[in-house]
Amino acid sequence: MFSYFFKRLFQAILVMIVVAFVSFSLFNFVGDPVISLTGEDSSVERQAEVREAIGLNDPVYVQFSRFLGNVIQGDFGISYQLKREVSDLIAERMPATLELVFVSALLAIIVGVILGVYTGIHRDSFVSNIILVVSLAGVSLPTFIIGIMLIYLFSVILGVLPSFGRGEVIDLGLWSTGFLTASGLKALILPSITLSLFQMTYVIRLVRAEMMEILQTDYIKFAKARGIKKNTVNYKHALKNGLIPVITITGINIGTLIAFSIITETVFQWPGMGLLFINAVYFVDIPIMSAYMIMVAFIFVMINFIVDITYYFIDPRIRIKDEMS
Amino acid sequence: MLTKTFNKIYDTDVGYSFFNSKIAIISSAILFVIFLCSVFAGLVAPYNPFDPATVSLMDAFTPPSWSEGGNPAFFLGTDQQGRDMFSTMIYGSRISLIVGFASIIFAMILGVFLGVTAGYIGGRYEIIVMRLTDVQLTIPSILMALLVNGIAKSVISQSMHSEMAIYVLIFAIGISEWPQFARVSRASTLVEKNKEYVSASRIIGLSNILIMFKHILPNILRPLLVIATIGLALAIITESTLSFLGVGVPPTTPSLGTLIRFGNSFLFSGEWWITFFPAIFLIILALSINLLGDWMRDALNPKLKIR
Repeated sequence: MFSYFFKRLFQAILVMIVVAFVSFSLFNFVGDPVISLTGEDSSVERQAEVREAIGLNDPVYVQFSRFLGNVIQGDFGISYQLKREVSDLIAERMPATLELVFVSALLAIIVGVILGVYTGIHRDSFVSNIILVVSLAGVSLPTFIIGIMLIYLFSVILGVLPSFGRGEVIDLGLWSTGFLTASGLKALILPSITLSLFQMTYVIRLVRAEMMEILQTDYIKFAKARGIKKNTVNYKHALKNGLIPVITITGINIGTLIAFSIITETVFQWPGMGLLFINAVYFVDIPIMSAYMIMVAFIFVMINFIVDITYYFIDPRIRIKDEMS
Repeated sequence: MLTKTFNKIYDTDVGYSFFNSKIAIISSAILFVIFLCSVFAGLVAPYNPFDPATVSLMDAFTPPSWSEGGNPAFFLGTDQQGRDMFSTMIYGSRISLIVGFASIIFAMILGVFLGVTAGYIGGRYEIIVMRLTDVQLTIPSILMALLVNGIAKSVISQSMHSEMAIYVLIFAIGISEWPQFARVSRASTLVEKNKEYVSASRIIGLSNILIMFKHILPNILRPLLVIATIGLALAIITESTLSFLGVGVPPTTPSLGTLIRFGNSFLFSGEWWITFFPAIFLIILALSINLLGDWMRDALNPKLKIR
């Protein structure tokens, strides 16, 4: 148990250190951090002073450990372009992204499970075929085109939903939320549909395949033979087991949603972290880029670590393999 | 003579399956036309959109020829700079296809090299390569491409950006897609490694490099071809997404994604065709490649057919 746990933990830490080192090298070896702080026309003495003050004359390992220390304390430096603390910028943008991702994940799971169960039970019905064809389109259409199409339909032609921004937000101190105002909720609709569509199709297919497999098993046949009502068999006996894989992929889903939120946020000018990152790439704003990179890597490593550990408890094969070695 | 070659192709397993699959025929016909158009863009396109002499701002925002105010000279209308949409799209698809092909070839070379050597040599090297693919496969490829693209862009100096942008993009998309190739080629190499022809090659004293890349590689090409086809669609979509986000190819050589990005800002003023046609074109392109890839997976893998 513990050896497995520590092996995974060690791997997670290793990945984080590699990512941190990449962003550290971006800071130090790309361009000249001294010039980006003092300006092009500063005197040589001033530059030397700043170089000494921010510790660029120290050996690389000292600089790297200092960098790590700062990152752990949440200090990512000052944005070159916006001239503000990166940690403040991220704290400002985080609620927007997390609210979007949360609503999309919820939408993907709820709608995905309902449609998946329906298409799994009514295998060859007309409605099932339509759902499957539409979901195939959802996989093959690029996210940004879906977003543009939704904007064109609901904002330009029908004019019922806003096409950009978060609407009115209410500031709750550390967290600014769009959940509490009508315009905030309205602004959420299109972006969250865009973001969730891709995931939703996965959930539909997964649940459908799982339901179809379970409905073939013996215990379902026996339940039917015992004369239990069809709906009880379908929704109580079969669905319970069909949902297990959904739970395990939900974790991975959230990481993917955060990644794809970059695209959705750009299409809808949603003021979240993804938009911040794209602008940073555009203006080569390294502090923001490296902060985003470290954060996303951290989220992915955490999710994977948790999934690995859960698998250890769920899947006995891993446990046996671990105990044998 | 021609019928003879046709019959010969028809008689093979793959040929038979191809000529009996409507989807495969239609999608490959569409792709063939698109490829031809983009290769001979200079001949097919009625205008050269990048020649300032033929572009007039007076023609800007002309709607498609069949709608009100359209000009028969511009079949699909013109964009904000008065460039013919049809010609711009053909030149744009050329950029999309070049980046798509180049990045998938890059991913394939990198992935197959690491995968075959990992499968053949084994040991600690194999563990490291496979762990690397495991870690990277948990990250969505589009995020990987975005991050690598951002890092590579900040490494090269700002003045070089527009010249290097395409190479940076190819590198970034290639890096984001290599693990698939590495996984499959490693798995196939593990199977091939124990076959008699490999032992025979070893006994007659062939070098390991020769065995790996001249004898094993040709035998594992089939599954790699399938991944490369589906990967090509993904690479084209990734390229257009990055260009749409404004971090892909420079605006002076627009790809389909860049065109959609430009057109997106005119959606509200009613000029829908500037976005619509490139978007439809991109969807058709990606969908045809995907469908062809699906067919290929079934045709090249007889094991699936038995089910």
